[in-house]
Amino acid sequence: MDNLLLMLAPLFSSKLLLVLFFGTLFGLILGVLPGLGPTTGGALILPFTMTLDPLSAIVLLTSIYCAGTYGGAITAVLINTPGTPAAAATCLDGYPLAQKGEAGRALGMATVSSTVGGIFSVVILVFFAPILAQLAYEFGQPEYFALAIFGLTMLASIGEGSPIKNLIAGAFGILISTVGKDFMTSIDRFTFGINELTEGIGFIPVVVGLFAMSEMLTQSTLINQVFNRIALKAIKLPSKDDYKKTWKTILRSSGIGSFIGVLPAEGGTVASLIGYSEAKRFSKNPEEFGKGSIEGIAGAEAANNAATGGAMVPTLALGIPGSATTAVILTGLIIHGVRPGPDLFREQPDFLYGIFGAMLIANILFFIFGFFGAKIFARITLVPNKILWPMIFAVSVCGTYSLNQSIIDVWIMLFFGVLGFFMRRYGFSVVPVIIGLILGELVEGTLRQSLVIFDGNWLMFFTRPIALTFFILSLIALAFPLIRSRKIKKKQ
Amino acid sequence: MKNVQKQKRANKSLPFFFRDEFRVSLVIILVSVALLITTFTFDIVPPILNRGIQPATFPKALLVLIIVMTLLIYYLATKNPWKVEKKLPGSFFLTLSSFVIFVVVSKTLDFFLAISALSIFVSYCWGEKRLFYLLLVGIIFPIIVFIFFETILGLRFPPGLITNIYYS
Repeated sequence: MDNLLLMLAPLFSSKLLLVLFFGTLFGLILGVLPGLGPTTGGALILPFTMTLDPLSAIVLLTSIYCAGTYGGAITAVLINTPGTPAAAATCLDGYPLAQKGEAGRALGMATVSSTVGGIFSVVILVFFAPILAQLAYEFGQPEYFALAIFGLTMLASIGEGSPIKNLIAGAFGILISTVGKDFMTSIDRFTFGINELTEGIGFIPVVVGLFAMSEMLTQSTLINQVFNRIALKAIKLPSKDDYKKTWKTILRSSGIGSFIGVLPAEGGTVASLIGYSEAKRFSKNPEEFGKGSIEGIAGAEAANNAATGGAMVPTLALGIPGSATTAVILTGLIIHGVRPGPDLFREQPDFLYGIFGAMLIANILFFIFGFFGAKIFARITLVPNKILWPMIFAVSVCGTYSLNQSIIDVWIMLFFGVLGFFMRRYGFSVVPVIIGLILGELVEGTLRQSLVIFDGNWLMFFTRPIALTFFILSLIALAFPLIRSRKIKKKQ
Repeated sequence: MKNVQKQKRANKSLPFFFRDEFRVSLVIILVSVALLITTFTFDIVPPILNRGIQPATFPKALLVLIIVMTLLIYYLATKNPWKVEKKLPGSFFLTLSSFVIFVVVSKTLDFFLAISALSIFVSYCWGEKRLFYLLLVGIIFPIIVFIFFETILGLRFPPGLITNIYYS
């Protein structure tokens, strides 16, 4: 009961409500703009959160996360371009339905299923995060090491890209985290005599570079691309018939999305793809999928928004990001001096339940904004890239510079922008780099501390039941893409 | 799907050193080997201060892992070639060169000037010819951003030709 009251706290704070309002609005705008998204937006807004108290800062980031994930659907339906990667599956049926003159119906279903998925996942978060945190009390250094390894091996199954390429990108991310003074012995590593590198490579320059700057370079290759926009008159709430057709799909996808979100390193993109394919598998009319199926939209959208709450579970309970955006939120927590983990649940329940409540309200707010303002948000996509991206560049440069007031950070951001562009061009996802970077210190630190505990005996890792379980799960995660591809080959 | 197959076939017909999978793998391996060599220059900690493993051990293991996995993707690519990517347009190279110009100008002349120059250059190269919009993205917007960051975050931008005038 007390916790429920704590969850309602944001409703009674005008400051938090204002933060939620702007966060949701900003998140929607970011979600609508192809190439941007909650990860880039969160990274860019991170310096501004320094002017806020910790709760307001995290509420701002989480509301951007929730609304940004939904916002991608608007562009997916109206211009057949996902505003965020998580909305890619929404294009498959959203756009064909819009082409049939039913854009309002498609967006109505996307809005309702996103809201239901989002709220469902917050409920999961409220129930499961404390349980996971309680479990985490049993974790020592070896268990955290095994858990981090599990998170990294999950990279093998991110998206549709090559599992090995994802693992290379993840290993590269960890390698970046080793730059600077070794935190245990103060020995310089990969600093090449540059003083600014002794502090290591910051998270923000890497994120902004890999997401925003690499996207700017991608957009430079698409300047002659013409989008076929579909006019939107008004969003329509789903009809009784639509609800009858989709309620099971929405609930199933909400469950799938929340579960996928909880898995370390997975996120909305994977959730929406699985939610979509499961909706097709269970549908009475699978032949309609890809031609404007309302179930397809519901399946994808409920799943990607459900992943938001799910991804917050390991982030808050264990300090292991559930997705790229939660990696940004995790950085926000650390910057504000909040250490995620089991102690957070015991010592700062007001803070934690404030976040849960804010996420719940953000889901309701984006429903209202989306329902009444989708037409306006859709117009944002009319801003030409030749004006939009130079402006994003100015904000990215100043945002990156502002955190440490270091020009080197800006150059690092540009370097990662170029690197990210070529990585994406040759099929390497940039998300694993972010996850690797954020988990790098944990992996190395826990490994070295475990070896001290075990007196250098590596085999001792396998004598700890929880650690052993995570290692077995890691092996399954590594084998999963192989099994999946064999299954697909067999089917063909 | 057919298009991808066609692109893959086109890739297979190229000599191996022209194929993307060879070039990309080679670059990753060369960089990894160079970094691996660098790890041998890291200081060695005396046993009494050594916590678990030497500071160089972990990066070394990572680099070896990256090299092994890269060899594996190359081996797999010989069986299933990557699709040939389209040639990059001139606008890409102009945008890329604007990054270089930005670094040079921000280092030698002025941070604000660098942002302004890049914004105008990129906008123009991407097809914006209207003066008002060029001024908007190149001067008006960066000024707003500068003032915003300075007042809200109390940020002090690095000294330079224009920034010095502003601060004086």
